[in-house]
This record gives sequence, C-alpha cells and structure tokens, in this order.
Amino acid sequence: MLLNMGPSHPAMHGIIRLILELDGERIINSDVEIGYLHRAFEKSSELAGYLQVIPYTDRLNYVSPLINNMGYSMAVEKLFGIKPTERCEYIRVIMSELSRVCDHLTCIGASAMELGAFTAFLYMIKAREFIYQGIEMVTGARLTISYIRPGGVKGDLPSEFEPHMRKAIKDTRDVLKECGKLLTRNRIFVDRLKDIGVISAEDALAYGITGPFLRSTGVDYDVRKNCPYSVYDQFDFEIPIGTTGDNYDRYLCRMEEMEQSLRIVEQAFAKIPPGNVMVDTEGQEIPAAMMVDLAKMGETEGLIQLEVDLDPTLGGTTKRYHDGVEANEKEIVLPAKEDTYGNIEGLMQHFKLVMLGHGIIPPKGEVYQAVEGGNGELGFFVVSDGTGRPYRVRVRPPCFTIMAALPLMINGGFLADIIPTFGSVNMIGGELDR
Amino acid sequence: MILEKVKENFLDDVYETYEFRGDLVAVVNKEIIRGVMKFLKTDPGLDFNILVDLSAVDYLGQDRHPRFDVVYHLYSLAKNHRLRVKTPVDEKDLEVDSITSIWPIANWFEREVWDMFGIKFKGHPNLKRILMYEPFKGHPLRKDYLYNKRQPLVGPKN
Repeated sequence: MLLNMGPSHPAMHGIIRLILELDGERIINSDVEIGYLHRAFEKSSELAGYLQVIPYTDRLNYVSPLINNMGYSMAVEKLFGIKPTERCEYIRVIMSELSRVCDHLTCIGASAMELGAFTAFLYMIKAREFIYQGIEMVTGARLTISYIRPGGVKGDLPSEFEPHMRKAIKDTRDVLKECGKLLTRNRIFVDRLKDIGVISAEDALAYGITGPFLRSTGVDYDVRKNCPYSVYDQFDFEIPIGTTGDNYDRYLCRMEEMEQSLRIVEQAFAKIPPGNVMVDTEGQEIPAAMMVDLAKMGETEGLIQLEVDLDPTLGGTTKRYHDGVEANEKEIVLPAKEDTYGNIEGLMQHFKLVMLGHGIIPPKGEVYQAVEGGNGELGFFVVSDGTGRPYRVRVRPPCFTIMAALPLMINGGFLADIIPTFGSVNMIGGELDR
Repeated sequence: MILEKVKENFLDDVYETYEFRGDLVAVVNKEIIRGVMKFLKTDPGLDFNILVDLSAVDYLGQDRHPRFDVVYHLYSLAKNHRLRVKTPVDEKDLEVDSITSIWPIANWFEREVWDMFGIKFKGHPNLKRILMYEPFKGHPLRKDYLYNKRQPLVGPKN
C-alpha cells in the first residue's frame, strides 16, 4: 500500500512529504520529498548587499538563528581577512551556545511530545523561555535577531544580562535534570527509542552527515574541536560520543551537549575581557535628539566627550562600548552612534555602509567557512566579484544530508517508528529548503 | 602538499591550483572528475572521506568562459584538511559525470544542482527536481532567470 505522510502532518516538524510503501505496518520502501519551504534564500542574497543578507540568514535555521548569523559573518570576515575584537568573539560564543541549547531543547521537547510525553515538552519550553528572555535583552528580539554582523556584533551586552543568565543557566540545569528523570530511564521512552533508526558510522560518513547525528554513531567530529574557529580553543568542554547510532543515543548526545554548552557559557562569562571604555565621562548623558539640536545650533564644544542617551533598541552601540565589540575597520563596521549623530565623518561612514548602492565591498574571491550548527556542519560558501552585492551565497545545510539518509533508517521498520526517528533528525524546514 | 599531489597525478588536466585566505582550491577538467574524486577519497595520504558540499556558480556576465563552475568541497576527518575542487562546465555541453557511486549523498546534491542550474549529471540514478515542483519551467539560480519571473499556473489535475 502506498501511503503519503503528507506535507502537513502534526508529527512532521515543518513541511516535508514522506511517500511510504507499506506491507501491513512495515515499511518496504520510502521516499522523501522536500522543497515546500523553499524561499529562494540564495537568489535573494544575490540581489541584496552583504549587510542586507543578514536578516535572511536569521530565517534559515530559525530555532538557532545566532549560529547562522555567525557563520555568514565569519565567512564575510574571512573574505576581507579581518578579525573582530576579543570581547566580541566571547560575546559571539556565548550567544551561539545559548542558541544551540534552545535548538536542542526544542528538538527533544517536540520529539518527546510526539511520543506522548507532554510534560517534558512544557518543561523544556519553559527552560527555553528563560534563554529567550536573555537573548531579547541583548538583541531586542527572540528569533529574528540579526545580531552578529561582519566586523562585530550589533551592540554590547547590557549590564543585567549576566545576572539574568546565571539564574537562567541554573534554572535550565534544574529543568534538564527533571526531564532527564522523566525520560532517560522511562520504560516507554527507552522502548520506543532504543535500537530504532540505527545508522552505521560508515553510512553516516558516506552521506556526509555531521553533528549530533554523526557523533551518536561513534565518530568524533565536531567543527568546534576539529577546526576551531573564534575562541573555542580557549574553553574546556567535551564532545559526547554515542555507540550504536540509534535514536536513544542521539537523545543522550543532545542532552549532554546542552550541559556542555552551558559550561561553555559559564566559562565565557568568567573569561570575557572587559570592554574598552573609550569615552571618559562623568556620567553625563544627553538625549540624542538634543545632541543633534545643539550641533545644528553650533554649540559643539564638549559634545564629542558626552555619552548619548539612546533608544533602548540601540543599547550597547554607543562609543563607550563600540571599540570593545566592533573591529577597527571603517569600511565594514557602522560607527558609534555619537559619531553618526555628532560629526560629519561618522555620518559619512554610516551613509557609505547602509545606503543603496553603497555598502561593504570585499575583495574578489571565494571562501568557505564552516561552523557547528545545532544539526551539524553549517557551511557558507560566499563568492564575491568585487561589488557591494554577494555574487553567490551557498549554504551547506546540515539536515539536507540527514534527510537524504532517512530512507536508510526507516526502511524495514514499523510505521510508528518513523515518529521518534524523524524527531531525532531535528529537521528544520528553513534550513533544509532555504 | 595536497595540491602538489593532485598536480603530479593528473598533470595537464589540472588547470590551476591556488590558495585564498587559507582555502586550497584545485580547478580540474570535468572529463576526469570521477577519477580525481576516487583518487582523493582512496589515496592514503589525502584520505578525503567526507563530501561536504556540491554546488555550482553561474558566471554569466562576468566575461568568463566557460559559464558554469561545479564546486566540490571535501574534508578529511583523519587528516583534518579541506579542499575545494572546481570544474568549469561550458554552456553548450552541460554534462558532468555523477559521483553518486563514490559518495551516496551526491545523489541529492546533484539533484539540487540540476534543479537550480540545469547541469546534467551522467549516470545519476534519479535526476529530477528536488526543491522546485516538477512542472517548474527554467532553472532559478541562473543569472538570466529574473528574480520576479512569473511561472505558468499549475492547476489541479482533474
């Protein structure tokens, strides 16, 4: 019998179509059809400037958007051959790891819910809420953050971020412990996940699978350890490796990876270098509009030294923090807000970077930059032709390769076993189809 | 070291090799691409066991012939090195050997290149569209496919 597990199905995470050939309840043959969420990311990024592509990258893997931003920004920085400041690297690592925890929480929570464990899902979403509140404090949004940009980040961390995150990490650890007690040795959960969806290490490597999927089969490959980028080599963390390559090992890998990510965040908070205080003020702040008015009237003495009181959405972008988090590259990085509003050079620098027809202009060439996404190696292949628009941006999606191997894992199994296997794949439609 | 090994094994078929920002690149003739890939995978000194990515670039309007470039990214887990292999493909002869027999994931990657660029792969078991729907006309990522081009309406089959 030919069964269509169609594009809209409550247990499919996103939109994907499985065509199954069944004999009773056993699957003889299957085929995967993707492309339902194709939004022409690669074509759109050829029309937009390098900075305008960043919101597009947010929407690729929408449960861990900071990692996509980071991959793209690192690719553009590699094209230029520049490096951001050290404080900025630590901030990027903190935000990426928090994003990774959100990704794994969503994956395990959703797949537990599909097996009937509603409580575990709600507890994990509650933990994810704490992290989202922290991310909102820093970037202003929960999902479409456009935070990590070539040359630096949008703005520095606010002062209330660290205490909030320390409490959130403690609460997340409690939630993970509780969900571990609910699921890890739960008879029903283990019976449904153990020895289901097995893939061997050779098959996984032949299919180019990376990430927790590959690590559950026993292969030790993590982009953060093998090809360290940013400041990952400064942290002490472990990579959980599985043995059998079944769903249960993937679940355990993800749970342990979350703990390791929280360890990295704590170490980063301890090691982060302090930001440069560029302007030495006595705590005087004036509203930005007043500064512009004073400047128009010609009363500019002392304005260069003052700290500007900005809208909360622009927090962390003032001169006091600017040098700490943005690379010292005039052609790539937006100037501090006091300079944009206060003097003509800053205004010109800002204009040259954001107006239509101008923008950042990398040298001609092509680069490939890989980062460790929630599902595996997320790679950005950027080709530049020397103009302000990328010539080609190619995203190497980690779950594309896993979905290609899905028939290997479900053929010969029962129909009901597709649900836990598919849940452990963590297919994100935005990343698969771009 | 990797680039020298490739050059001495394939001599004239390797058009150029260079390095840019730490990435090693080799441009080879498309006729021998299957041999090159097999060599890169099986040679014990190189040992590229993971095909990371397979895609294409369209150089229309850039004053460069041939028009397309098929780009392969390889990674060796044991030796921890990466390589990019590019093969120029001319517009009049849009066929490249498929490497599905060497890495099964090339099946889906090559389907995507066919879908987006129209480059055929010889010996591919199932070359049909993967991201676009079947009655789609044209190949979207080509430079002469306009971003806001309309497609003929596809109605229900009655």
